[in-house]
Amino acid sequence: MLRIECPYCGPRDHDEFRYGGDASVIRPVHDDADFEAWYRYVFVRENPAGPHREYWQHVIGCRQWLVVGRDTRNHEIASVRSAREARA
Amino acid sequence: MRRLHEGGRIDRSRPMEFIFDGKALAGYRGDTLASALLANGFGLVGRSFKYHRPRGIYSAGPEEPNALVTVGARGRREPNLPATTVELADGLVAESQNRWPSLKFDIQSVNGLFAPFLSAGFYYKTFMGPTRRAWMVYEHFIRNAAGLGRAGEEPDPDRYEVRNLFADVAVIGAGPAGLSAALAAGEAGAKVVLVEQDFLAGGTLLSEPADGEARAWLSVTLARLAHMPNVSMMTRTTAFGAYDSNVLGLVERHGSGTADPAKGEARQMVALLRAKTMVYATGSIERPLTFANNDRPGIMLASAARTYLNRFAVLAGTRVMVATDNDSAYSAAFDLAAAGAEVTIADGRAEPTHERLEQSRHWGIAVRRKSLISNALGRHAVRAVTLSEPGGTITLKCDLVVVSGGWSPTVHLTCHLGVRPVYREDIKDFVPGKLGAGQFVAGAVTGGFITAGAIEEGHRAGAEAAAFCGATKSVQPPFSLDLAEINAGPNGSHFVTSPRSGPLPHFVGGKDGSPARRPQDSLPTRSGERWFGNRKAELTKGKAFIDLQMDVTVSDVALAHREGYESVEHLKRYTTLGMGADQGKTSNVIAISAMAGLRGMAVPDVGTTTFRPPYTPVAVGALAGRSQRHLYKPFRRTPMHDWHVANGAQMLETGVWMRPSFYLASGRDVDQAYPAEMRMVREAAGLMDISTLGKIDVQGPDAAEFLDRVYVNGFAKLPIGRARYGIMLRDDGIVFDDGTTMRLSERHFFMTTSTAKAADVMSRLEFLLDTAWPGLRVSVTSVTDEWAAMSVAGPTSREILAAAFPDLNVSNEALPHMGFLEGRYRDKPLRIIRLSFSGERAYEIYTGASVGKEMWCRLIEAGTPFGQKPYGVEALGALRVEKGHVAGPEIDGRTTLDDLGLSRMAGKRSGYVGDVLGRREALSDPARPRLVGLRCLEPGKRLSGGAILFRPGERMHGHGLGRITSVTYSPTLDASVGLALIARNAAEEGAEIVAAYPMKGQTVRARIVSPIFLDPKGERLHG
Ligand SMILES: [Zn+2]
Repeated sequence: MLRIECPYCGPRDHDEFRYGGDASVIRPVHDDADFEAWYRYVFVRENPAGPHREYWQHVIGCRQWLVVGRDTRNHEIASVRSAREARA
Repeated sequence: MRRLHEGGRIDRSRPMEFIFDGKALAGYRGDTLASALLANGFGLVGRSFKYHRPRGIYSAGPEEPNALVTVGARGRREPNLPATTVELADGLVAESQNRWPSLKFDIQSVNGLFAPFLSAGFYYKTFMGPTRRAWMVYEHFIRNAAGLGRAGEEPDPDRYEVRNLFADVAVIGAGPAGLSAALAAGEAGAKVVLVEQDFLAGGTLLSEPADGEARAWLSVTLARLAHMPNVSMMTRTTAFGAYDSNVLGLVERHGSGTADPAKGEARQMVALLRAKTMVYATGSIERPLTFANNDRPGIMLASAARTYLNRFAVLAGTRVMVATDNDSAYSAAFDLAAAGAEVTIADGRAEPTHERLEQSRHWGIAVRRKSLISNALGRHAVRAVTLSEPGGTITLKCDLVVVSGGWSPTVHLTCHLGVRPVYREDIKDFVPGKLGAGQFVAGAVTGGFITAGAIEEGHRAGAEAAAFCGATKSVQPPFSLDLAEINAGPNGSHFVTSPRSGPLPHFVGGKDGSPARRPQDSLPTRSGERWFGNRKAELTKGKAFIDLQMDVTVSDVALAHREGYESVEHLKRYTTLGMGADQGKTSNVIAISAMAGLRGMAVPDVGTTTFRPPYTPVAVGALAGRSQRHLYKPFRRTPMHDWHVANGAQMLETGVWMRPSFYLASGRDVDQAYPAEMRMVREAAGLMDISTLGKIDVQGPDAAEFLDRVYVNGFAKLPIGRARYGIMLRDDGIVFDDGTTMRLSERHFFMTTSTAKAADVMSRLEFLLDTAWPGLRVSVTSVTDEWAAMSVAGPTSREILAAAFPDLNVSNEALPHMGFLEGRYRDKPLRIIRLSFSGERAYEIYTGASVGKEMWCRLIEAGTPFGQKPYGVEALGALRVEKGHVAGPEIDGRTTLDDLGLSRMAGKRSGYVGDVLGRREALSDPARPRLVGLRCLEPGKRLSGGAILFRPGERMHGHGLGRITSVTYSPTLDASVGLALIARNAAEEGAEIVAAYPMKGQTVRARIVSPIFLDPKGERLHG
């Protein structure tokens, strides 16, 4: 089990969260018509063995989308930030 | 073997009766089933897994490979429990396993005949190899011959629970290290949970002589812990798994006696313990020795014999042969001698330490040097052993053989975390690798086997763990305990040293009785021997077991080696070594060492073994807790649920919701009821509970822009007071969900989603706002539970609405198709939207959840004179098929707008989610599916959902041209009709098609038609 320290709610079990995939990919702006950019955003992933930035939503909690820094080798979580703040 | 008149930690004032294999026997409180059986003279307690060899009690703990029993009767039957871990209870009923007709006379033990078929690789070859068909031949024999206990078949009447725990410091193991850690962490002010699998705390101290210093240390320590409110001790609790983020899986067993479900007592409880730090004080397990017939009853680990003597006051034998390669077995030898046994030590080493020899002399024990045990004689009980010595072999009589091949640190839990164990040459075994921050090890698990050291290490680990959580009150130095003990650790020298590090200390002696040699020499290696060669060798001297539980022998490992299964992982799969209920606790390291010897490699180069949860088996009931039957998952009920139930609705589980399937007033079963309900909606009106729809409140200055981006069709120009059907795509261009959204004001919208996708849509909208478009000033709120919703559909729906709300103007002009009215009902907001799913003129009425039932009753009352009755989801689903509306079976995560014939929804718009990737070239492939209608051409036959479509005359194989997604009987057309997804280049209206249902061997002819079976111009819903 992962324990994720929600910046709003405190440490919680991962089954309160919904996984949202790689947070390092860059979403094109909504009206970007560049096929290549959307293709990379939707389909191309690094799949690193090591630190990984990923989205988790605290669905059974504050419902905020968070950016979690997790090491894929040992599941250690180095950082948790709100997605809005991580973007800013 | 017998019970001594005094001593031990049993409560002689509390005698208990129990039954084993139908025989009434006596024991005491404080006994395990194993100690009580030994006290009653039961040396033989089971038969082995494959060969049905007689087996006795081998250990005194959870590592027990042999003495598996079934406890309890009927629904409470629990098989495969090690008798060594079963706490004796008054009235306990246990039976031996894997024997027929009786334990003493087991027919299948004449298994020399079958042995060749059961050697290593048998399962592997049978299931994986070209001889797979052999399974057909041997299945019956194997199913009966190889196996463990049988589970109960009746429902388990007991109660199980799951609970959640939190702590600063979790200490696993209440031996000297764990107790000391808990004490230090507790004193420092941390909240501590101390977990112990045994029913008594103390670990190895419980096996020390009862009158010694250990007992004093233990009682003082336990008393100090008991006075700490911040320390909780959980005995009878096994930490079965260590998981990420310092989470431990615990299973807590009810104390001695049966848990009474009527009193709410749980038989077992799983607890998830979330700790900030961990102290692993899990101890170690003694390693066996490998020699011919090393599985005979009367052979046990030296530590076990000592435990039975000192803790349970059971002397397991009176003529004892101690076979060892290290010093630790000397403690057992001395204690057994002190209890009156005649003891001989066969020490494999050339020079046992001077001190041990002195002590042995004191106890009158003969120590034989360079003496290797090579064979055990006796069938149901050991009666003699053969020793190989420099001067030749010698056979000595005995009734108990205790063995010690050193100690294996219990590294299981740290392995669960993915920390690979590290080999230590000095102890010839594995210790935990480098642990993460906040994780500590203390005591024998670190590879040090001295009690005083364990206490110090535990103390230090406990204090550091507490400090890690910020608990830093001053801590007294540990209360020391010097047992002047005898250890197998770095102090003990190991016999059989070799220039390389290969040969193993615990692998002593050739099974042919020859003097000590390097292990590989003692194994049959001539390639021609194959199975039968081994068999011959084994029939002469007897099998030498490595894994007692899975009946894996030295020859099996050698065979695996010869056949090329050399890596540890291959070895395990090929021989089934370590795959028993004991997970090879006593055998894994020996097997790796044996393979290292065969390959001439160092142990760490051969590999390590990976342990996975659970450490010991956990009952499925305990994991489930109360999540079973109707408590398995929560059901969501709409505000009108009780009305439905009271009015004959047959409720159906649809996703998370309970919904009416049909009402008994419409027909006695679903096939009769749903066409009647459909006819009612087409001819008069029906009322439907649609509270399950997802409802999302969307507000903010940029709300219209937001909806413009998430829907393929535009919402910015939607007038206030109007509703619009919308479709959302995923980023990859596949259809995500559909629903209706209405505009309440310039910046306020009310969105509905499908029932099934409600949670996904909500989460996705939040994702887009939080991560992609944080600049949009929009707020989304789920209001699904706040609104009750119902739909009135049918030709008389407007009259019903007018009757229910006399003061509202519901005329076609005031409330046209896709029109929207907002008012109040009983001080609660009321929203009425005119839209249709069934194809009839219909209205959706939304009101506050708390008055939903009242509103429902109002509409029932208003509608009854107009022929309206409630209808269920069966009819709803059928009505939408007739109308060609897509739903879940068509929006299945694979279809595009174009596939569903909905491209016009997007028109020439761009910039919405899924726009760019929805135009991928592959998505316009002519073999992509297209939504069509199908009409059955064969009277008396029906189309089936999931049927595969083929051209008439085409060979039916593979995936065909497409498939039927939804079907219904259409009372309007009096035909079986359906919706299908079929390759575009075959989707020709009017063409004939064959729908095959291979599972039932059915084929039906059908015609491709428009998916809109009814009212293609939509006159009914606009009127
Ligand atoms: Zn939160």
